[in-house]
Amino acid sequence: MNFFKRTIPLIIAFIMGIMMAFQYYVPHEASQSLLKVVTRWGITIAGFAVFIGAYSLFHLHWNKIKRKVPGWGYSNFVFFGAGITIIFGLYNGGEFFLHDKQEGTMFDWMYFNVQVPAGATMFSILAFFMASAAYRTFRARTSEATILLVAAIIVMLGRVPVGALIWEFLPPIADWIMSVPNMAAKRGILIGVSIGAIATSLRIIFGIERAYLGGGD
Amino acid sequence: MERLLKIDRRIIFVFVAAAVTIPLLIKFDLPVIATKEVRGIYDKIDSLSEGSHVLIAFDYDPASKEELQPMAVALLHHCFKNNIKVIGMTLNPGGTGLADSAITEVGKEYGRKYKEDYVFLGYKTGVELVMINMGENIYSAFPKDFKGNTTTDMPALKDVQSLQDFDFVVDLASGSSIEAWIAFGKEKYNFDLGAGCTAVIGPDMYPFLQSKQIEGLMSGLKGAAEYETLINRKSSAVAGMSPQSVVHVLVVFFVIFGNTLYFMTRRKK
Repeated sequence: MNFFKRTIPLIIAFIMGIMMAFQYYVPHEASQSLLKVVTRWGITIAGFAVFIGAYSLFHLHWNKIKRKVPGWGYSNFVFFGAGITIIFGLYNGGEFFLHDKQEGTMFDWMYFNVQVPAGATMFSILAFFMASAAYRTFRARTSEATILLVAAIIVMLGRVPVGALIWEFLPPIADWIMSVPNMAAKRGILIGVSIGAIATSLRIIFGIERAYLGGGD
Repeated sequence: MERLLKIDRRIIFVFVAAAVTIPLLIKFDLPVIATKEVRGIYDKIDSLSEGSHVLIAFDYDPASKEELQPMAVALLHHCFKNNIKVIGMTLNPGGTGLADSAITEVGKEYGRKYKEDYVFLGYKTGVELVMINMGENIYSAFPKDFKGNTTTDMPALKDVQSLQDFDFVVDLASGSSIEAWIAFGKEKYNFDLGAGCTAVIGPDMYPFLQSKQIEGLMSGLKGAAEYETLINRKSSAVAGMSPQSVVHVLVVFFVIFGNTLYFMTRRKK
């Protein structure tokens, strides 16, 4: 069993990893065809992630309901919302799911009148929590925190139209903060993350990193 | 003073709610000046000749609608006004409805015809894989559009075989898709790329702006407002600048007031 669960996946990862790394530098027709086939396979396989995601979500909330954990009542809404959406999605305005998507169906109505306002509401709540957090926790306790606080105030005011009315130099100073210190810090992080990604990829290709194979037997 | 520091957060919420609603009720205009980042996208689209192909990736869902939908609408107005063919797509399953409604409504406003002047390809899973597949052959990635029409014989896609054939690609993102478009799209297939994103992601994009990997950047509602100003069609983004300005001032006031109280109580102790 170890051969099928460990050795074969490691061999596949090694062969595909090396092959696709070389493919990038080979502009031959056969190489391009291979890329097209592999990416189409990848897209198809990625589609199956939907089923894993749905299973994981339902499993988690079913257990919450079964064990009556605090807030289990909300889990009912997951089944209720998902159930109604799936039913109307499959119903497809009476044409059913084998036909192309119909316009002006109940599914569309639910998207624009439930999902869109609910999503926007969830995101807008952030503004309230940010204001509360700014008042309670954003303190100039150290010199580093003071620099961060001053920069945040300048950027917050300089990035909205009212900033220029308060002081005409606020927007250019905010732009400078974004284009110079912010950019330098972000670039440093980006280079670090990219080197880390390359190292992890090599570890996976050569079978050193095996966490993706999962645990247990 | 300590009581003021430990104020009930619901009182702060009331202040924020008032700061948002009052400017919406008592309308006042604030000057919106376009930055060079936003102008980069505007100038690029303005430089395209009639019949050019622009690909807009609507990579966002309803949670980011308030920031990104005005950007999309402003971009579409600019493209349709200049008689540019628009090809829409999304890598976010939640974005199909928003993208379809934006592209259809603005297209109709200018009397543009679906399949001839614009097309919405819909959603495809796989993000980077879709980009690579589109780079090799767009019809392989999207054999059918969102409405189920075959794409191979569509007039809107005439002379387009892969990503390289687009005159400009704009990614409107609420996640990390801009980096993916740069790494797996632009760098591999060599096309001009512009980006629009939520204000939270904006600072992450500056290294790509400086390295000219993106032609321009629209960041948050402010970016959308700047684009609306540039195309001379002030709409929801410009209207949103008044409440956003007041809330920013309020947050700054909270920060300063909170710190003043904190240092006063510390000195007292």
